[in-house]
Amino acid sequence: MRLKLAATAIAAACALPVQASADGEVNIYSYRQAYLLEPLLNAFEEETGIETNVVFAKKGLAERLEREGRNSPADLVMTVDISRLNELVERDLVQGVDNDTLEENIPENLRHPDGKWFALTTRGRLIFASKERVEEGEITTYEGLANEKWNDRICTRSGKHPYNIALFSSMIAHHGEEKAEEWLTGLKDNLARKPQGGDRDQIKAIHAGECDIAIGNSYYYGNMLNDENQREQAEAVRLVFPNADGRGTHINISGIALTNSAPNRDNAVRLMEFLSTPKAQKIYAEANTEYPANPDVKPSGIVAEWGDINPDDLSLQEIAEHRNAAVKMVDRVDYDN
Amino acid sequence: MTEAITADQTGADNPLLARRTSKRWLITAALTTAIVVLPVLSVIILALFPEENIWPHLLDTTLPRYLSTTLQLMAGVAVITLTIGLATAWAVTMCEFPGRRFFEWAMLLPFAVPAYVIAYVYTSLLDYAGPVQTTLREWFGWRNATDYWFPEIRSLEGATLMIGLVLYPYVYLLARAAFLEQSPSLFAVSRSLGHSALSTFFRVVLPIARPAVAVGLSLVLMETLNDFGTVDFFAVQTLTAGLFDTWMNLGNLGGAAQIATTMLAFVVILVTLERYSRRKQQQFAARDNRDPIRRFTMSFPRQLICVAVCALPVIFGFLLPAITLGQYAWEYFDESWNPDFIRNTLNSLFLSGTAALTTLIIGVTLAYSRRLHNTRGMQIMMRLSSLGYAMPGAVLAVGVIVPLAAFDNQVDSVMRETFGVSSGLLLSGSAFALVFAYTVRFLAVSAGSVESALQKITPSMDMASRSLGHTPGQTLVKVHLPMLRGTLITAALVVFVDVMKELPATLILRPFNFETLATYVYQFASDEQLAHSALPALIIVLAGIVPIILMSKSISGTRSIS
Repeated sequence: MRLKLAATAIAAACALPVQASADGEVNIYSYRQAYLLEPLLNAFEEETGIETNVVFAKKGLAERLEREGRNSPADLVMTVDISRLNELVERDLVQGVDNDTLEENIPENLRHPDGKWFALTTRGRLIFASKERVEEGEITTYEGLANEKWNDRICTRSGKHPYNIALFSSMIAHHGEEKAEEWLTGLKDNLARKPQGGDRDQIKAIHAGECDIAIGNSYYYGNMLNDENQREQAEAVRLVFPNADGRGTHINISGIALTNSAPNRDNAVRLMEFLSTPKAQKIYAEANTEYPANPDVKPSGIVAEWGDINPDDLSLQEIAEHRNAAVKMVDRVDYDN
Repeated sequence: MTEAITADQTGADNPLLARRTSKRWLITAALTTAIVVLPVLSVIILALFPEENIWPHLLDTTLPRYLSTTLQLMAGVAVITLTIGLATAWAVTMCEFPGRRFFEWAMLLPFAVPAYVIAYVYTSLLDYAGPVQTTLREWFGWRNATDYWFPEIRSLEGATLMIGLVLYPYVYLLARAAFLEQSPSLFAVSRSLGHSALSTFFRVVLPIARPAVAVGLSLVLMETLNDFGTVDFFAVQTLTAGLFDTWMNLGNLGGAAQIATTMLAFVVILVTLERYSRRKQQQFAARDNRDPIRRFTMSFPRQLICVAVCALPVIFGFLLPAITLGQYAWEYFDESWNPDFIRNTLNSLFLSGTAALTTLIIGVTLAYSRRLHNTRGMQIMMRLSSLGYAMPGAVLAVGVIVPLAAFDNQVDSVMRETFGVSSGLLLSGSAFALVFAYTVRFLAVSAGSVESALQKITPSMDMASRSLGHTPGQTLVKVHLPMLRGTLITAALVVFVDVMKELPATLILRPFNFETLATYVYQFASDEQLAHSALPALIIVLAGIVPIILMSKSISGTRSIS
């Protein structure tokens, strides 16, 4: 009996209501860190009086959304990486938004044809080269990474990381699977060490002299420059925008999608609109040194100093479609060992 | 799953126990088990419907490596945790040396440091770009990596060391509790028969402590099997890494669930083997608190060895990481200090406390039911209820979402049809979901340790109490629980600290705008800037330390010391 009482008490203590009851709310499942969203959401709250609630996680939110079904309190999913947005569409967890503001602000190649997702920021997957040990113009393309002259001189994070998978997918899209695998084998043979750590760690490794070239997302470099403890390490490398003179640099996106259940649909769409406006685009891109998706907004601060990025116009959808092939290719090449 | 029962270990055959006992205990245990098994069952069901058959690809490519890496990691961690845990537990229990009372609780400190944090700290210290190697290069004039050899921290060996350093307290805690509960006369008898202290340790002390040590070790191994943070960071390809690769990169949750189920089988075999190996053992400690432990007095050099043995794990498992974190916290203080700390800390404490209490109550219920009805069915229930621990947190979280959301949506449908109102989600996305997940995950800790301690109480205790007219429930409260105090506190402590550090399930299940210390730290860690959240990471460690000290003191209090 005592046990039952205790159990009841515990259950009562835990069942805090989580219903989004009041109007004037919008609920977000986010794969992006809350601190990145905070300035944006604060600005939105100020402007509209609509309260925002966030759950941040790196995995499992899609599963949660799916199981919660029509009663899910989530209105929006915010995430990085095209494959993840694509997955939401494929699992039929998000609905299309037909909205003039969004269509005006976000270019066609950066949104789903039926409005099932919209990109908010873009980032390039760049090559970082040692200022000391690599001549200007010595490496200009992704293809060049497989060149024997870089033997034992390249560092990357795990080939299984979504950012690398997306890059390898784009290689498959451009060259076909067979050629892409040859290229990846060549790249693997050039690695100075087993793939490990994150993108920042690759820049640190160049600074330390462990390797001369690395692959990484543009904003990691930008954020290191903004961090006084890491600035010196970032300054050891030069940015290379691969294939800038050819098909363009591979980019990935962070984006937003409206869930099927969206209990606060109108507020959610208002937030989507807001996030595509120049004001929000500026805040969002700057918060993480990314490129705004809205072409009317010019990158600012250090991102502007890097000069214009010429993005590869390969459709993001196509990159997402080659994801599984890319993952399996990484296994076959045994890239991570 | 089966276990040869040759001897009845708890005296349940005793007519006095069996005949008068109502079925209430059994029914409660069965219901509890059913609820706790739901998430694991959900994962197994998910495994039946994979998006694509992953096995051919895995077998062709990475599976052999996943398997051998996992086995090597587990073996390595077992060796490290057993060595450190047993040696230090024995030293602080039986030897007299300076600082012994301090080390009694200090040995537990590394337990408060999450594995992903310690991995990060050592990487930043020891990798090529870190201070250690940079200094060495300056000293010796080495120019680059080709000039000298230095151990690679981001390796299988590195991961083994990191995980071993933060997990040995499991073995230490349970071994120490067992050593404290042992009757000193056993030791004395062995010595009087001419055995050396060392030989006595291996012939008498260890066999008696074995059930407890086995529980500790199996907890260590399950934690190791489930670790994702460290192996991911070190790029060590264990089964868990493969599981997440299948789930996240191939978008194949069913395939991931299959790997999780395979790992589950792994654990079941492990636990069964251990139990099978001591199927014929039974021992009842006639504990007598008036018979104090007499510690060895030792020569000065030997005392020094004791100090060194105890100090090293604490220095490397706690002190060094804490100092490094402190340094980062200082560097990034302005941006990492934020007013939400208090709230996040309270959230963490609330969840940890609730989960510790819940698992303890359920653990005692199950273990005691088994004592009353030691049937095959009850044994299987015990095993089943512990399975949650053998599953990676993120997968278990999905397993928790499935039944809760199904329940919520079912209730909602009925409400809509009957009353025309929607009840929405009642349990999903609430703190209840979190506590439920923690209970499923950490029940193995409390049920396992309570069970192993209960087995050591002679059935004559029950008989005496029952013949004096007490019900089984009264006997539990008046006789067993007081005798088990040390074990109960230990179990609660382990769960408390574990929940404090728990990350994957917390992330997936938590309510809106709800942060614990661990999830707050993770925000930055996941963006490759753990240094920015060194302060909350330190607070996790500190918040874990306070209960560690308190409980450790009360464990010592279970035994009078001369």
